[in-house]
Amino acid sequence: MTDVAALLQRQSFVELPARSRCQHLLDDADQRELLGPFERLTSPWLPKQNIVTQSDDGVVIMRGTLGDTKVVIAAVEPAFQGGSMGEVGGAKIAGALACALADAENGDPVVPILLLETGGVRLQEANCGLAAIAEIHDMIVALREHGPVIGVITGPVGCFGGMSIAAGLCSELIVTREARLGLNGPQVIEQEAGVDEFDSRDRPMIWSLLGGEQRVATGLAEALVGDDVAAIRDLLARHVTASPKPLARTTDIARFEALLETVAPTERATARTTRDAFAQTTGAA
Amino acid sequence: MSTHNDSYGAAWLAALTDHAEPLAGYPASVRVIDAELGHRAARYIAVVPDSQARFPRARAGEVGLAEGWALARALHDAVEADESAAHKRVIVAVVDVPSQAYGRTEEAYGLHQALAAAAEGTIRARRAGHPVVTLIAGKAMSGGFLAHGYQANRLVALSGEGVQVHAMGKQAAARITQRSVEGVEQLAREITPMAYDIDSYERLGLLHARLDIAPTASDDAKAVERVRQALADAVADIGDTRDLSARIGQGERTATAAVRQRLAEVWAG
Repeated sequence: MTDVAALLQRQSFVELPARSRCQHLLDDADQRELLGPFERLTSPWLPKQNIVTQSDDGVVIMRGTLGDTKVVIAAVEPAFQGGSMGEVGGAKIAGALACALADAENGDPVVPILLLETGGVRLQEANCGLAAIAEIHDMIVALREHGPVIGVITGPVGCFGGMSIAAGLCSELIVTREARLGLNGPQVIEQEAGVDEFDSRDRPMIWSLLGGEQRVATGLAEALVGDDVAAIRDLLARHVTASPKPLARTTDIARFEALLETVAPTERATARTTRDAFAQTTGAA
Repeated sequence: MSTHNDSYGAAWLAALTDHAEPLAGYPASVRVIDAELGHRAARYIAVVPDSQARFPRARAGEVGLAEGWALARALHDAVEADESAAHKRVIVAVVDVPSQAYGRTEEAYGLHQALAAAAEGTIRARRAGHPVVTLIAGKAMSGGFLAHGYQANRLVALSGEGVQVHAMGKQAAARITQRSVEGVEQLAREITPMAYDIDSYERLGLLHARLDIAPTASDDAKAVERVRQALADAVADIGDTRDLSARIGQGERTATAAVRQRLAEVWAG
């Protein structure tokens, strides 16, 4: 097949809504959405603010298989409220992970895959979102004792706020070049620290520091993949069979503290200086 | 918050530990003190302001890169030291964090990863059998709270002005939601999870106890004793449990309870 033919046959993942993403990643047989839109579990807080709800609250939970492995996908819908985590959507993810943990503890593991297109807490439900995210963090760490917990960030929203911490807790993190991963969204940093510190309109700077390529180069994500449904599916199929292992990104504390010692805190970080510092102290290149 | 280089968190940490010396080897912004709670060994941990901190975006008590990794180390070391102990030491997180750090260097070097390591440190301690109690002595904000305190088995809060829990400061929340600050304040009065005050937070069913003690009362011996007792009661209430189930689906988080119950029903198919 020529490159052009391959390009024409390639299906974009980034352009798909959350439900289609799940359907495309799972094996065709035995796909099953849990708490789908017909259950009408909607946000109790948005109508009080004259904001239209969505009948899945922007989160899709789907069980099925990937190869021979049982998986559950939790997908955040980037098109609803910026992929934000409200009470219902947050409880869907935390609750699904709790069910997966119960199964794993009974010797019947189900590998969680998190599709993290999210700005973090939905500010219209602030403290409910924050609480749910803490519960998601707890479940990810507990599940990692039993097997992989895989995070996927593809764009267009990126992964920010409390859910970037969730990404940092995943045992493997798969990203595209379009993906961004950071604690604070660019607008929030600009608001809190000023435009000199962080210009939220400077897209090249933002992608050079927070983009998927940089995160893989510095070891803060494991795999870079193209915006291609088949490629993402193949990569996930390889990762779902991984064995539990300590996660260097959270447990190799001494190396990260050594890295911080090499940072000049008042110099403006660039993609190059950051990569060099990581390469020297953590072995990432 | 009091003046200069101090905070409610620093003041309560000192009061609860009888002004014991913090352990060496941590940044000045992370105070780790091994003392007792009741008659049980306890490690107290607080993030405090340090006007001389290496990273300028984390000098007002924010949880930044150095703080995140130091918290992770304080927790990891406690778990390792008590690995074969019959009674694992209590962990007390004294919380007064205005936010996570906001900065370019912070994002470039993976602040989200530092906070993940800190959160995981508490999760691992709790799941290894350390009773973990948080005292909300001032602000418990956003990523700062997720990294320091939110993973405790039990949350205990002081009361009154200055004690706040939220996901984002009012100015930034207004910008992101395209509202005015007045608009955000109005909604905070009407929508429980959008409120900043601790009374509203209590209605969400997330607190184990709220004490009618002001954050300024750390020099009042009776108040300190009541806080100690409340923390010890929380440890007793934890018993042998290691998860967060005591606070899930309580209070006004009725949708959380409904979603979780329905998921458990349909999970197996």
